[in-house]
Parts: sequence; C-alpha cells; structure tokens
Amino acid sequence: MESLIYLIPAALFLGLIGLSGFMWSLRSNQYEDLEGATYRALFEEDDIEEEQKEKSNTKG
Amino acid sequence: MFRIEHFVVEGLHCPKCIREIEGTLGENDKIKNARVNLSTQRLAVEWKEAVEDTLQNSEEVISALEKIGFKAFPFKTTNAQLEGDKVGKSLLKAMAVAGFAAANVMLLSVAVWDGGEMNESTRSLMHWVSALIVLPAATYAGMPFYKSAWNALKGRRLNMDVPISLAVILTCGMSLFQTYLKATETYYDAAVMLLFFLLIGRFLDQKMRNHARSVAHNLMSYKESKATLLHEDGHTEEIATEMLVPNQIIQVIPGGKIPADGTVISGMSDIDTSLVTGETVPQKAEKDTEVFAGTINVNGTLNIKITSTTGNTLLDEIIELMETAEQGRAKYVRLADRAASIYAPLVHFLAAATFLGWLLFSNVGWQGSLINAIAVLIITCPCALGLAVPVVQVVASSRLFKSGILVKAADGLERLAEVDTVIFDKTGTLTLGQPELANADDENVTPFNLELAAKLAKTSSHPLCRALIVACHDRDIPTIATESEIHEEPGMGLKATVNNITVKLGNREWCGINQNYLPNNRYSELWLKAEGAKPVLFCFKDRMREDALDVVHWFLRRQLKVILLSGDRKDVVDEAAEELGLSRYKYECKPQEKIEIIERIKASGDKVLMIGDGINDAPALSAANVSISPSTAAEVSQNAADFIFQSQKLDSVVRAYQVSLNSRKLVFINFALAAIYNMIAVPFAAAGLLTPLIAAIAMSLSSIVVTANALRLNFQKLYRSHEG
Repeated sequence: MESLIYLIPAALFLGLIGLSGFMWSLRSNQYEDLEGATYRALFEEDDIEEEQKEKSNTKG
Repeated sequence: MFRIEHFVVEGLHCPKCIREIEGTLGENDKIKNARVNLSTQRLAVEWKEAVEDTLQNSEEVISALEKIGFKAFPFKTTNAQLEGDKVGKSLLKAMAVAGFAAANVMLLSVAVWDGGEMNESTRSLMHWVSALIVLPAATYAGMPFYKSAWNALKGRRLNMDVPISLAVILTCGMSLFQTYLKATETYYDAAVMLLFFLLIGRFLDQKMRNHARSVAHNLMSYKESKATLLHEDGHTEEIATEMLVPNQIIQVIPGGKIPADGTVISGMSDIDTSLVTGETVPQKAEKDTEVFAGTINVNGTLNIKITSTTGNTLLDEIIELMETAEQGRAKYVRLADRAASIYAPLVHFLAAATFLGWLLFSNVGWQGSLINAIAVLIITCPCALGLAVPVVQVVASSRLFKSGILVKAADGLERLAEVDTVIFDKTGTLTLGQPELANADDENVTPFNLELAAKLAKTSSHPLCRALIVACHDRDIPTIATESEIHEEPGMGLKATVNNITVKLGNREWCGINQNYLPNNRYSELWLKAEGAKPVLFCFKDRMREDALDVVHWFLRRQLKVILLSGDRKDVVDEAAEELGLSRYKYECKPQEKIEIIERIKASGDKVLMIGDGINDAPALSAANVSISPSTAAEVSQNAADFIFQSQKLDSVVRAYQVSLNSRKLVFINFALAAIYNMIAVPFAAAGLLTPLIAAIAMSLSSIVVTANALRLNFQKLYRSHEG
C-alpha cells in the first residue's frame, strides 16, 4: 500500500496536465472554428507561399 | 477605433474559400491579419496599428472580396453576443474541471468500494485525497448552479437549481464529516458526477442558444443599409442609412429599397408596398407622393426628399406597437421550471420527513438521521430532470436546423406545442410575393398576344414583365426580343415598332385606355395595345406557395383553427381564402387590428401561432404566443419571430410543429422516467440502505436513459409536401 504515496500524486499530476492542456486550448480560441480547422490541417504551407509569389510576380 | 473588424461572408463552405480570402486580404498592407471562421461564416480582419478611418477600409475589404466572388457585409458584434460567448466558455471550463474531478475521484472510489483488503488508514487516506480533489472542484464547477439558486431564493422562487445546489453542498459537507469520523462511506464521487452531468446539459443548452443567436445575427447583416444621397450639384454619394437626416434628397434606383419616409420630388415609378401593408398591387408614385421606408421601388428612378428618419417613421410606430404587445404577453414559465416548482418542495419534504422519522423512531441520533436525509437528497437530485429538457431541445433544434428552420427562442418549441389556433398572413407568407399570370383563360390572352407582349417585355426588369416571360415559358411560347428599338418610360411602360405597327405594353394610362373599360382593382395589370387592334389585359396575382393548400389542410385536419389575416384588399383576400378553403379570414387589417384579434383569441383561452413576414405583421408576431417568419421577412419581423424558416415552401411550419409536439412528448416521458426511478430509489435511501455504489450507478444509468430517449427524436418521420 505504500506505493499509493507516489501513485496517487502521479495520477493526479497526469490528470492536471490534461486539464491544463484543455484550458490552454480553450483560452487560445482553438474551439472557435472547429469546421475550418479540419481543412486548415490539409493546407501545405509551401503551396501558399508559392502561390503568393506567383501572384506578386504576375502583378509586378 | 476598433482594431478588429468582423464581416459576414456569404457562401463560405470550402477550404478553397478560406485560402482565397485570406490570401487576397494578406496582400493588403493595412491588414495585419485576416482569419476566416467557417463555423460562424465570418471573417475577422485585424488592422495594423497606424490605420485610421475604418469605414473606408471596410469598404475596401468588401470590394476586394467582391472581386474574387464573395459577398461580404459588415458585422456588428453586440453585447448579448459577447456575453453569450463568455457564458459558453465559462460553462465549458466548469465542465472540464468537473470532468477531471469526477474521473479521478471515481478511480479512488472504485478502489474503496472494492477494497476488501484495505485497512482503515488507507481508506481514510483515499477519502482525504478525494476531499482534496472534490471540494475545490465542486466550489468552482458548481458556481453556475449556486448563483442561479441564490437568485431564485432571493426572488422567493424555487427552481431546479435549488435542490441541485442543496444536494451538492450537503453531500460535500456530509462526506467531509464522515471522512473526519473515519466512516466507511462517503459520497464525493456522487456530488461531482452530478455536477458533471448537469454541466453537460447546461453547456448543450447554451451552445444551442448561441448558435441560434449567431445565425439570426448573420441574417440581419445581409440587409443592405446604404442610401444614395443626391447633392445639389448632381453628384451622388453612398452613405449609411443611419446617417440620413430630414430634407436631404436621396435617389432610389429601380429594385431598390426606400431607406426612409419621404416625399417624391421627381421621377415616376410603381412602389411595392407588400412588405409594409400586405397589399400586392403596386402603388403608383409620382411627384408629391408620400413613400415609406421599407417599401420597394419597382421600375423608375425616384428622387425623394426625406421627411422623417429613424425615430419617427412608420417603422418606429410599428416598433412601438410591438413593444406594447410584448408587455401584454404573459411571461411564459418553462416546463423545466414548472416541474421544479412541484419537484423541489416534494424532495425537500421527503428529506425532512426522513430526518424526522429517523430522529423520532430510531436511536441513530441526529447525525445518523441527517446522513439518511442527505442520502434521500442525493438520490432524488434531479440529474435526469436537469438533462431531460436540454437534451431534447438540442436534438430538436439541430434536427430542425438541418431541415431549414432556425429556432430563435429557447422556449419556442415548448410554446409551439401548446398552440390551438394558427393565424396566417397572406402576402409573402402564404404567397411568395411574386406575380403570376392570372387570366390565362381569358379569350384575348392568346398565344399570339403573349408572344407579341413578350417581344417587348423581354428587355425589361419590371416584375410584371418578368412574370409575363415566365408565363410564356410555361406555355412554350417563344420569347425573343424585337430587333427594333424599344423605348421604356419609367412608371408607364414600353413602346416599340413591330412589323411597322406601334405596340405599347404598360399601364392603363400609357396605353390610353379608358378608366371604365374592364375596371379592375383586384389584380396588378399590364395592358398590350397594338395599333389598330383591341387592347389586351393581362392580369397578375401574387403566386401562392405551392404547398400552401396542403399545409393549411394539414392544420385543419388536426382540428386546429386556421385564420387568415391580411392587410390586402377584400377581393384579393376573398379569392385566396376561397382557394385555401378557409372560412375565417379578415381583409384590410391594420397592424393594430391584427393585435386586437389576437388578444381576443388569447383572452378566450386559445394559444395562438402567428406566421407572418411583413413589417405590418411584426406587432402581431410579438403579440401571439409563438410566431414564425420566413427568412425573406422584414428585419423587424424576423426579430420578433421565435422561428425562422428558409424555404420556398411552407411545409417547414408543419415540421416545426411536429417536432415541437414530439419533443414535448419526449420531455414528459423523461420526467416520467425520472419519477419512476425516484419512486424505486427513494424508499431505499430513506430506509438507510443506499450505498455510494448504488447512488453512482443509479445516477449514470438514469442520465443515459434520458439521453437515449431524447435521441429518438431523430427517428421521427417529418411532414414533407410532395415535390413538384
């Protein structure tokens, strides 16, 4: 039973990490647009940069 | 002034939209950050710090979006909106804390329940750790309930939150006492699990309300609020409607909405007043005609001198009527609160009786008696009752939303289920507000004449001309514009030379026809006069929604009273009522009269559902017990209505009614389930036989049953008027 001395705090600590993770995500507005986020995950950063370069090239 | 500005964007639906919009706006030097929110259909633009004069800048954003094919409207955030978002967030936080505590305490509790080999000091440790987790968590997560209960008690009322708060506080207190006494049984897990389940219900309820408010808000933003100001030197300027002042002169182009009450100083046109008065025949407007805000200029450019603006227009009178009507409306007590007002005293009485019973007829002492009384409170605590209403509501509103109906008022579904009289407005509600050829059977309305008329009508954007073209399409008559020059005289008609004959299409005056020839004040009319031939009259009437008859009959079959109240003329309303088979109707109703009729019906004990769209219906919509508007309705009406439907068809109204009846049934079943569960559990608790394990199982089981019952709403078959 002595193992409880560190097992319970360990369990609580892990739980608290989860909870604070959730609070952080809530505070940084990650729940504002659940639909958009599903698509944004598929954007390739490189593509966007290239696209914008192309655009500015054709302009200038 | 505001660094961040919001826009509502129409037609946002795909990932490509996000990239296009954000990419395009990213090129603008003044914009620091642009972010699209796909869920709310809004765009947030953050300006760079040095940027001033946001009005001009927002114009820039709107035109930039227009170039890539999106229509955007400025969106004003209101306090209610921000408040709603904040409440939603704090509920979510409370829910997370309660969930965390429930999960961790449950780990400890299960160990204690199972702990055959556990010695007393280990158990005591477990209890103390549980207390350490639960007490702060229950204090924080229970706040929404404590606050609401406190407010209710201050107002000398009882709501559901009173027994909830009492149960949670007493349970925690008792468990702490038991822990101190090193007793075997504590109920920490019950207290925090109860909070967790109830917070889920609260959060769902809040989310649904926020969603409804946000969609309604977006709809409002779609309305144009620009006017064209005409300066003395002849140049024009676009300004916001709110900036108009009396004696300014504004220009209204054909198809435009008149932004303020005024007098015509030049130009000639027809004015469509159907949204304001319900009258379908357009009124002629020329010099010195008075025109009202909200009406639509049909075919000629008008210059209007403003006589009054916001504050004393016709619209403001209507709003005043609405406010009086709203005050007269008795405050509706929601089902959950009604249940609570019976349930809460009963629970408190049972707990008190248990306490007294044990105290007087046993020798367990006051502590033992109190523990048993609290056990009664825990087991009766309306976990299922707290979930019973919100879960059904959420399922119902999302079901309705998918079928094109927005539930704006949180208690709208409950009020709709009680309705026994249905009042329809005619123009724009039973009808579409679009003209349709009415005298096709007339002997003069031959295919030849229709084709001739279409030759002229093809080029015009006048609604009657377009209706004529539609009539030709329906009859497979070719509609090819004549090659010769067509002259259009605003407010009068068209003229052209076809096969060397002068042909005129337009109003009576334009075609030079005597007032006494075929008199008509029932239909909108269009005359065709070819030189040397008999004049031909085309009559147009407002097109009925294709399923109006079916819907009216559906209600009649259900033994509901159906009444038609219209602001339109007698002849037109007579005909519509006959077509729908309605014996109870009234024509030429002023807004005031509509209210009086509704008040009379309400006084006789009936519950009234009002369905209307016009500005003239707005007071009636707020006077009725519950109200529905189409999304084409005037802004004030949409504000007043409890439901908004987005469809060309009227069957949405039936669907909303069906869902409301079914949700009421499910709520009652949920109440009954909770009652049965209590009848079984309370005797055990009162007898002192309740263990924490039984309490935990009973609580989760009843919540699952209630939720599963609510989901049955998704299987209901809903009414659909047949296609075609």
